[in-house]
Amino acid sequence: MDDRERLKFFEQTVLPHLDAAYNLARWLAGNDHDAQDVTQEASLRAFRFFGSFRGENPRAWLLTIVRNTFYNWLKKNRPPEIAGKLDDEALMVEDVSVNAEAVNLRVADAQTVQRAITELPVEFREMIILREMEGFSYKEIAELSDVPIGTVMSRLARARKQLQKLLAGEFTSEEQK
Amino acid sequence: MNCQQTRPLIDPYADGEMDAAGILELEKHFHDCPACALAWRNAQNLKKALKQDALFFTAPAELRRTIKAELHSQLKTESRWNVWNWNWLSAATTSVATACLALLLTVTLTRPSAEQRLTQEIVSSNIRSLMANHMLDVVSTDQHTVKPWFNGKLDFSPPVKDLAAQEFPLIGGRLDYIGGHSVAALVFQHRKHVINLFIWPVNGKDSKPASLTPIQGYNVIHWSEADMTFWAVSDLNGKELMDFVQDFAAGETLNP
Repeated sequence: MDDRERLKFFEQTVLPHLDAAYNLARWLAGNDHDAQDVTQEASLRAFRFFGSFRGENPRAWLLTIVRNTFYNWLKKNRPPEIAGKLDDEALMVEDVSVNAEAVNLRVADAQTVQRAITELPVEFREMIILREMEGFSYKEIAELSDVPIGTVMSRLARARKQLQKLLAGEFTSEEQK
Repeated sequence: MNCQQTRPLIDPYADGEMDAAGILELEKHFHDCPACALAWRNAQNLKKALKQDALFFTAPAELRRTIKAELHSQLKTESRWNVWNWNWLSAATTSVATACLALLLTVTLTRPSAEQRLTQEIVSSNIRSLMANHMLDVVSTDQHTVKPWFNGKLDFSPPVKDLAAQEFPLIGGRLDYIGGHSVAALVFQHRKHVINLFIWPVNGKDSKPASLTPIQGYNVIHWSEADMTFWAVSDLNGKELMDFVQDFAAGETLNP
């Protein structure tokens, strides 16, 4: 395959997933400007490494690169205390099994949900995006984000618990008004 | 099964990651335990809340243009120095050798069946529809508009259904050309994912159950019923595309 054909093939297989790439970058970076930088860098990098693409799932492949690009960008551009580091073991200790909120969670509007997702730590946020918006399986998310499946599950559970809390809080405070 | 065992399984259940036996036990517990049933409802409502279209960011058109331009300019600079890069050369040699071997094996061992060729054609058509601006010839979420539009353009009348209630809204249709004849393509949406459903008549009354083939990162589901053959293709995951197929098969047909 010559370079021109390679680019054409890249445009046919990978670029249709640019929306998914931007969406992930936008949720991770938190604003449009940084998201565009990350998406652009990731796309160019994807083309450079297109030879390593095995033709299985171009969307998962591209999003893996977007994710890596984002974390590299984060290291360079934001101080470590903001970037933070999740301690999954500490999370495991905390009980996620029982203690159902005795609240009836209704389907919240997009704006409220968006605020709640934004408040999640970035490692939780990406699990929610990959699972709920992109519909990847636990196994695919584990491969994509290079963590064990157990970690995917515990992060997802924690993220959802926190979202339920945030959204439930939203409703109580609104009902009290 | 008690509450302690049930709670950590609610998420995997909601995510479709549980086996049939576990599901039965879980559903039995929901039936008996109002608190866990509430937790399950909350999990479903949260999922619904997270799946709203408004939460999905679309890449700005300008970003798309910049990336394309950047790629094309890279191509020009790359081809100049690539020839002298030994890593690249040896990698290319290896991949050419692998490709030759793969091709040889493919040709000798498996000549693609008619079905495989058709699947490939369906996927290519799906990709074309996503790339150029020719996804829709008739833009309408109304099945009463889409169905008559096909009249006179095809020598058959495809079943048109809107699955908005099942979260697969119809967004339109177009004429396409597959396997040597004109076919109907209905286009549905699920969140930001597009589903192309190709339909054409077949001889014989045999119905064929739905079967899923992943190819080039897309999922393709093929089935036949009532003299028509159906090919659904999308970048949705297999489970969701199967949900779509089941909803479509169960949906009510509009009478002509």
